[in-house]
Amino acid sequence: MPKPRPLYSRRGRVEILHGSGGRAMAQLVAELFKVAFDNAWLEQGNDAAVLPQVSGRLVMSCDSHVVSPLFFEGGDIGCLSVHGTINDVSMMGAQPLYLTASFILEEGFLFADLERIVASMASAARDAGVSIVAGDTKVVEKGKGDGVFITTTGIGVLREGIVLSGDLAQPGDRILLSGTIGDHGMAVLSRRENLEFDAPIFSDTAPLHGLVANILDCGARVRVLRDPTRGGLATTLNEIAQQSGVGMLLDESAIPVKKPVEAACEFLGLDPLYVANEGKLVAVCAPEDAVHLLEVMRAHPLAREAAAIGEVTEDSRRFVQMATRLGGRRIVDWLAGEPLPRIC
Amino acid sequence: MKYLDEFRDAALAEHISASITREATSSSGYRLMEFCGGHTHAISRYGITDLLPATIRLIHGPGCPVCVLPVGRINQAVRLVQQRDVILCTYADVLRVPCSGQMSLMRARSEGADVRMIYSTKNALQVARENPERQVVFFAIGFETTTPPTAVAVKQAHASGMENFSILCNHVLTPAAMQAILSVRTGKMLDGFVGPAHVSTVIGSKPYERFAAEHSKAVVIAGFEPLDVMQAILMLVRQINQGRATVENEFSRAVTREGNLKAQKLVAEVFELRDAFEWRGLGSISESALKLRPEFSRFDAELKFGVDYVPVRDHKACECAAVLCGEKRPQECRIFGTVCTPENPVGSCMVSSEGACAAYYSYGRFREELT
Repeated sequence: MPKPRPLYSRRGRVEILHGSGGRAMAQLVAELFKVAFDNAWLEQGNDAAVLPQVSGRLVMSCDSHVVSPLFFEGGDIGCLSVHGTINDVSMMGAQPLYLTASFILEEGFLFADLERIVASMASAARDAGVSIVAGDTKVVEKGKGDGVFITTTGIGVLREGIVLSGDLAQPGDRILLSGTIGDHGMAVLSRRENLEFDAPIFSDTAPLHGLVANILDCGARVRVLRDPTRGGLATTLNEIAQQSGVGMLLDESAIPVKKPVEAACEFLGLDPLYVANEGKLVAVCAPEDAVHLLEVMRAHPLAREAAAIGEVTEDSRRFVQMATRLGGRRIVDWLAGEPLPRIC
Repeated sequence: MKYLDEFRDAALAEHISASITREATSSSGYRLMEFCGGHTHAISRYGITDLLPATIRLIHGPGCPVCVLPVGRINQAVRLVQQRDVILCTYADVLRVPCSGQMSLMRARSEGADVRMIYSTKNALQVARENPERQVVFFAIGFETTTPPTAVAVKQAHASGMENFSILCNHVLTPAAMQAILSVRTGKMLDGFVGPAHVSTVIGSKPYERFAAEHSKAVVIAGFEPLDVMQAILMLVRQINQGRATVENEFSRAVTREGNLKAQKLVAEVFELRDAFEWRGLGSISESALKLRPEFSRFDAELKFGVDYVPVRDHKACECAAVLCGEKRPQECRIFGTVCTPENPVGSCMVSSEGACAAYYSYGRFREELT
């Protein structure tokens, strides 16, 4: 039997029938997704993937991605959708194993762009040792979406003895940050607003499970791990303070920010503390272990600029406060409003 | 970062702080108003009050464009975008300002109105060019700093014969507001002003001379960096200690006595004085705002769409008015931090990051409970 003409030539576009469940969709799945993601579970071709038994507790999370623009310096919606969910699973201390990916495509979306995004997802998943084992594709009419939205769900396994949670921070604990803040948000925003700075800003999007494994293996008493994505570092620290019923005192001069990011924030009137990151984590640990943990973090390529940025305090009002670099003191509040929509 | 790090240097800050503490010893204290929201924001963000002695009392002024806009002006914009099917372009801060009937431009947008957030007047013109079949209105607000770009946009629209662009003009004037402040009780008691930064780059330092000469108020124009503010406070303390009241310029790297003459000329070509304009908190002030000159009146959205300004009263529990003229501190408002928060603002001072209530809530509310 002759092979049908490929549905997605490089100049082709997504049509409504690619999401209608018919032959066109089957062909899209077979020729694009299965080829790119290439694993035995997807190859089964059933309604759901049957996965092997694992030993340990299961950790599960999901993340939707609506970033605009779809492609930016240092990444795209594809690798972002893989890293986002891997990182959420990793923050519980789990080893991420499997992902599912759900695509909402807008009619008229270029197959060439979809192919690029899917290749980026496949490569991100492969690098992280994670398989994309199930998926779904829907197509909405032109004007009802914005190119592509991607939702990924991730499953990981948590070995015995690991207990990480946002409510475990204790007064006296140290707060460590794995590197510079604001890179992802400013990379996306500068591309979106067509702002050109002397030095380009690259998204920090990256899978953090390797760094997390090193953190957990070094013996430090780590209470909380969390990745400061939307809402930035400020929001993440407020979440932890709220959950744990504690306050925090940060040292502004210890928080690393790349010069171009600082300049771009200054230019747009933004505070890097509130700008999204996609490859950073915050670790709260026992004070005695902070020095050792910082060394371990800095030994990992994704955390070379890790820094101790403050400590947990006793405060029934749960305020995150900061000693400013000028010598004053201020609150670092929750993000109010949404200055940067569609950043991830 | 060059040109910024120098003005945020901790060692220099400590040095200025020590000088202020050493010199600000008058038992009657120093009541200083920072007119601009930009200064209020810098003071809160860098925790500058921690570096000042108790004798210095900083009073927040009305220099926040979003804050001084009365509710009726937002109502007018909401009416325009809902009833006339226009595209309304606005700077982000205005979106969340609450107005009558629990509305805001943000809410109007969620109900289907075409409200777009822009960063510059250039964006607004671009929207008009891209939508030739639609009417595009730019919600023009701000003090003298944002007026020249609006003037440029109107001139460009005029030159290119654009028929689908107009502005809802709410540009206001700083010296008129300072004059109004000096007629209220708090204003009369002031010892001096930390004078506007960006506004002064446009209008120069000359317009403030009458406040020194006629009202014996010390004025020091200051940049928006923390060290600018601290240095200005030190200069004010020295003037007051010496019994002087003059206009001094700390922000000499950007401000001259005459200001930006080119920008002033541009504004004068396009705009003229309104007889009177209502301000939130300060009431109606004569010759305190601008409108388009008759030759540009076809770009005046108020005339073009026949949307009148209808004054309405503020929410009865909201004390923005008293906060804006320095009569109350944000935390003295009954609904501060309870009913009125940045997430659910009742008054405009809780919306903009330059608003005194928002600045105090976001950066400084730990103080209240510590003392």
